Amino acid sequence: MMPHDETMILETPFHSRCLALCEINLWEDWKGYRSAAAYTSVEQEYFAVRSNTGVFDISPMIKYRFTGPDAGAYLNRLVTRDISKIAIDRVAYTVWCDDKGHVMDDGTIFHLAENDYRLCAYARCLDWLMWSAEGFDVTIVDETAEVAALAVQGPTSCAVFKDMGFEGIENLKPFGITRYPFGGSEVMISRTGFTGDLGYEIWIEPALAESFWDALFDAGKLRGIRPIGGAALDMLRTETGFLQAGVDFIPAEEAIRTGRSRSPFELGLGWLVSFDKPVFNGRKALLKEKKEGSRYAFVYLDVEGNKPAEYAFIYVGNKEVGTVTTAAWCPTAKTNVAFAQVDAKYGKVGQELVAEIYYERELKWTRVMAKCTVIEGAVFNPPRKRQTPAPDF
Amino acid sequence: MINTDKNYDVIVVGGGHNGLVCANYLAKDGRKVLIVEANDSLGGASATSPLNDEFSVSSCAHWLFQLNPTVASDMGLTKHGLEIAARDLSTIALAEDGNHLTIDGDKLEGAGISDEDRKAFVAFNKQITKFCKLLAGAFNRRAPKLVEGNLTDRITVAKLGLGMKMLGKEDMSDLMRLALINIYDVMEENFDNDLLKGAISLDSLLGSHMGPRSPNTVYGYIYRRMGTVYGFNGPAVVKGGMGAVGKAMANAAQASGVDIEVGVTVSKINVDVDRTTGVTLADGRVINAALVVSNADPKTTFNKLVGLGNIETGVARRVKTMRMKGDAAKLHIALDSLPNFTGLTEQQMGQRLVIAPTMNYIESAFNASKYGEYSKAPAMDISIPSIHDATLAPQGKHVMSVIVQYAPYELDGGWNDEKKDAFKELVIDRIADFAPDLKDKIVASELLTPVDLEERFHIHGGHWHHGEISLDQILMMRPFPGTSQYGTSVDGLYLCGAGNHPGGGVMGLAGHNAAKEIIKRGKSA
Ligand SMILES: Cc1cc2nc3c(=O)[nH]c(=O)nc-3n(C[C@H](O)[C@H](O)[C@H](O)COP(=O)(O)OP(=O)(O)OC[C@H]3O[C@@H](n4cnc5c(N)ncnc54)[C@H](O)[C@@H]3O)c2cc1C
Repeated sequence: MMPHDETMILETPFHSRCLALCEINLWEDWKGYRSAAAYTSVEQEYFAVRSNTGVFDISPMIKYRFTGPDAGAYLNRLVTRDISKIAIDRVAYTVWCDDKGHVMDDGTIFHLAENDYRLCAYARCLDWLMWSAEGFDVTIVDETAEVAALAVQGPTSCAVFKDMGFEGIENLKPFGITRYPFGGSEVMISRTGFTGDLGYEIWIEPALAESFWDALFDAGKLRGIRPIGGAALDMLRTETGFLQAGVDFIPAEEAIRTGRSRSPFELGLGWLVSFDKPVFNGRKALLKEKKEGSRYAFVYLDVEGNKPAEYAFIYVGNKEVGTVTTAAWCPTAKTNVAFAQVDAKYGKVGQELVAEIYYERELKWTRVMAKCTVIEGAVFNPPRKRQTPAPDF
Repeated sequence: MINTDKNYDVIVVGGGHNGLVCANYLAKDGRKVLIVEANDSLGGASATSPLNDEFSVSSCAHWLFQLNPTVASDMGLTKHGLEIAARDLSTIALAEDGNHLTIDGDKLEGAGISDEDRKAFVAFNKQITKFCKLLAGAFNRRAPKLVEGNLTDRITVAKLGLGMKMLGKEDMSDLMRLALINIYDVMEENFDNDLLKGAISLDSLLGSHMGPRSPNTVYGYIYRRMGTVYGFNGPAVVKGGMGAVGKAMANAAQASGVDIEVGVTVSKINVDVDRTTGVTLADGRVINAALVVSNADPKTTFNKLVGLGNIETGVARRVKTMRMKGDAAKLHIALDSLPNFTGLTEQQMGQRLVIAPTMNYIESAFNASKYGEYSKAPAMDISIPSIHDATLAPQGKHVMSVIVQYAPYELDGGWNDEKKDAFKELVIDRIADFAPDLKDKIVASELLTPVDLEERFHIHGGHWHHGEISLDQILMMRPFPGTSQYGTSVDGLYLCGAGNHPGGGVMGLAGHNAAKEIIKRGKSA
C-alpha cells in the first residue's frame, strides 16, 4: 500500500472488491482512506443488515497494538474501564479521557493474548498514547495498515460463516474472540459490531483480504449478502443507540473552544467508569463531577411524527435546554429517534421535551414543534444480538 | 533516627535546606515529622565534603547570598551554630592584564571605569533593588493560581499589581520591557565597560542553560540579586563550608522535635490510587504517614519516587517537559599555599572572583553547550574560602572552589573520565591565565560535572534550581502549571524543594512556603 505522503487518499486492502461493487460510485474520506458511503442504495444496504448480511469494510479504523509486561497496567491507566476484568479473547467497549475527565475518544479493546492488546479508535492519538507510556514497559504500534478488517453483520451472518467452514462459530459469545485457519494463515473473528444486530468483525492480514472477501461473498450469495456503506451504518447505529465520535461528542483533544468537550457521565457513558481500580486519566475530575453533578445529560428521544429532528433545538416551555446531535427515522423500530445533549436536570427518562424541527419540501420550509420523550436507550435491541449459540437464519 | 513507635504525621523526603526548613515549621506547628535523607550529611546541595584527608570544601553551592532572614531567625540559625566567616564580599571581575574591576555594592573600582558607568551603575542598582522588593512580596508566599484563584491568591496578585503601579510609570514599563528582553541588550543600553557587563551577565545566568542573549536572563539577574532585600550586600562565606548551613538547620529542626534519618534512600513514595500513604525505603522498610513532603526535585519525585504511571497522563507530560538540564560544573582544588593572582592582594583573593571578560566570551562559552560540548573557554565564579575560614584546610594551605559554566549535562557521547580530565585541565589552565603559579600549588583536585552532581545530590540533571528559572517556569507555572502551590495531584503529597516557587539557591523560601501551605490547609491537606 502507498504511504500517506505519496497519495491524497489511501485504499484499503479490500479496495478492488469494494470498487467493483460500488455501483453509484459514492465515496467518502474516512481518516484518510477511501471508503464507500453507499454501494447501491442506502435503504437496501440498511435492510441487508436487518434481514440478511451486510459487509462493511472497517479497515480504516485506527488500530493500535500494545505489548509488553505493562500493557495491561498501561491500558488500565489510559481508559476508564477496569481492564483487569477483560479476560483473554474478550473485547470491551470503553472511553478514554484527558485529565479533565473529558472524553478523548471511544473504542474497543481486544485482549488478544497475555500482555497483548489491540485498541480500535475513531481518532489517531499516538502522541497521547506515547505520552501515557512514560513509566510503563509497553510497546505501542499503529497497526492500522497492517490489519484488514470487515464488519459482517446481520441475522444470517453466523450461517454464512458456518458455510465458510468456521465450525462452532455459533458458540462464540458476544464480545468473544476466536480464530480459524484461512489461506494458510489465520482469520480472527470477534462477535462485535456497530449495528446492534447479530454480527461479527473479522481481522486478517492484508495479503489475504481479497481472497477472504471472495470466499465470504461466495458463501453468502444465497443468504443475501451485500456490501454496505457509511450511510447505512449511520442509520443502523442510530437505531441501536451507539454514539459516534465527532458527531455526538467532540473528542477532547480536537475541541478548540472551551466547554465543548464532554465527560463520560455527560454522554450517558458513566457505566464505563470504574473508580475501583488504580489511578486512570480523568479520575480526579470524574470523582469531583460525580460528587458535584454534571453539566449536561445525553438523552435518547422518541420524537413525535416522522420528521427527523436533525440539528433541532430542544425546549422546555420557552427555554432552550439543548440540541440534537443525531436524528433518524428508524425503519425497523418504526420510531423517530434523536440523540440530544440537554441541561443535566432535563435528562431523566420520561422527561417531556419539545424539538424545534425545520424541514423543506420543494423549497418550502416548515417548522414543527415536535413533542419528544426521553427514553431508556436503543429502540432496536433484538434477542439474536445476544443469543448464544447464535441463531441460524 | 526513625522512632518506630511514633506515628508520623509527615515524612519529608530529603534533608536539603528546604526540607529542613519545611520540617522545622511543621514540627513547630505540632506535627510529628520525620526526615529521610539519602546522604550521610544534611543540607543537600548546601554541603561540605572532604576533598581528601586534609582538605574539605563546599561541594556544590559555595556562597551564601540570598538566605531569607525570616527563615534564618525563625530557625534561630545563629543559636544553632551558623557562623559567617566573611560577608558582603566584593566581586572582582578578572582581566588578563591585571587591571581588574572591583564591584563593591554600588562602588566600582579599576579597569579604567568611566564616571558615566559609575553613575549608571548606581541608577541600575537602584532600579534592580526596586524590582527585588516588588518580587519579595510574592516570594514569601505561595504563587497565585492561574485560574480560579481564591482570596489569598487574589491578594498576592493584587499586591504584585499594586506593587508594579507603585514602582511608578517609568519603572513599571521598564520592568515589563526588561523582563522580556535579555541581559545583553540591557547591558548595552546601560554600560560601556566590558568587565562590568560580563560580570553582571554572568550573574544573570549562573546555573542556567542560557547565554547573555537568551531571553529570561533579566529575570535571572533580578532573582540572583534578591539577597539585596534579604540583608546581603554581596556574597558571604560560611564557616565550615555550606554544609554548616545544613548542620545548623538540622540542629534547629531536631530541637523542634523533628526526627532525622540519614544515609537511607527513599525508593518509593507509596500511593494508594490517588493518595499517598507514606514511603518505602531502599532497605525495604515501609513508613506510613498521611502526608509526604518531597524535597527531591519534581522530576525525581514523579519519575522515580511516585512513578509516572501512577499519575494522570497530563501531569506526567508536564513533568517530562519541564526544563532542567544543568550546565554548571564544580571544580575543587587543594593548594599547598595561596597562588598569586596577577594584580590581586590576599585580601582581594578572598573576594568573589569571576572570569567573564566580555559578554561575547560568555556567549561563545554557551554556544558550545548548545551543541552538546563543554566550553573551551568557560566562564567562572571562584571562591577561596580558606582565606576566611581556617577549618577547611591545614594552616597555610588553601582550597579553591569554582563554579564552571558551561558543562552540559547531556554531553555529546556522555561524560567519561577522559573527558572529565580534559575539561578539568582546560579549566585549570584558564584560571592559570590569571594566576600563573596556580598549577605548582595543586595537591589535589576534583571536577564534578552535572552528572556527578546528580549522582551525589540526587538532583535530576544536576540543575541549580531543580528546574530552569525562566518566565514559563516561575510563579504559578513552577514547577509546572496545575502543580504550583506545593500540593500535587496525589493527595497528601507536597513538594518543598527549589523546583517550586520561588526557586533555588540557598534561600529557604520554597520550604517555608510549602510548610505554610500545609499548615493553612489543616485537616484537608
Ligand atoms: C554547581 C552549583 C553551584 C551552586 N552554587 C550556589 C551558591 O553558591 N549559592 C547558592 O545559594 N546556591 C547555589 N546553588 C544552588 C543551591 O545549591 C540549590 O538551589 C539548593 O541547595 C537547593 O536546595 P533544596 O533544599 O531545595 O534541594 P537539595 O539541596 O537538592 O536537597 C534535596 C535533598 O533531597 C535528597 N534526596 C533526593 N532524593 C532522595 C531520596 N530518594 N531519598 C532520600 N533523600 C533524597 C538529596 O540527597 C538532597 O539532600 C548551586 C547549585 C549548583 C548545582
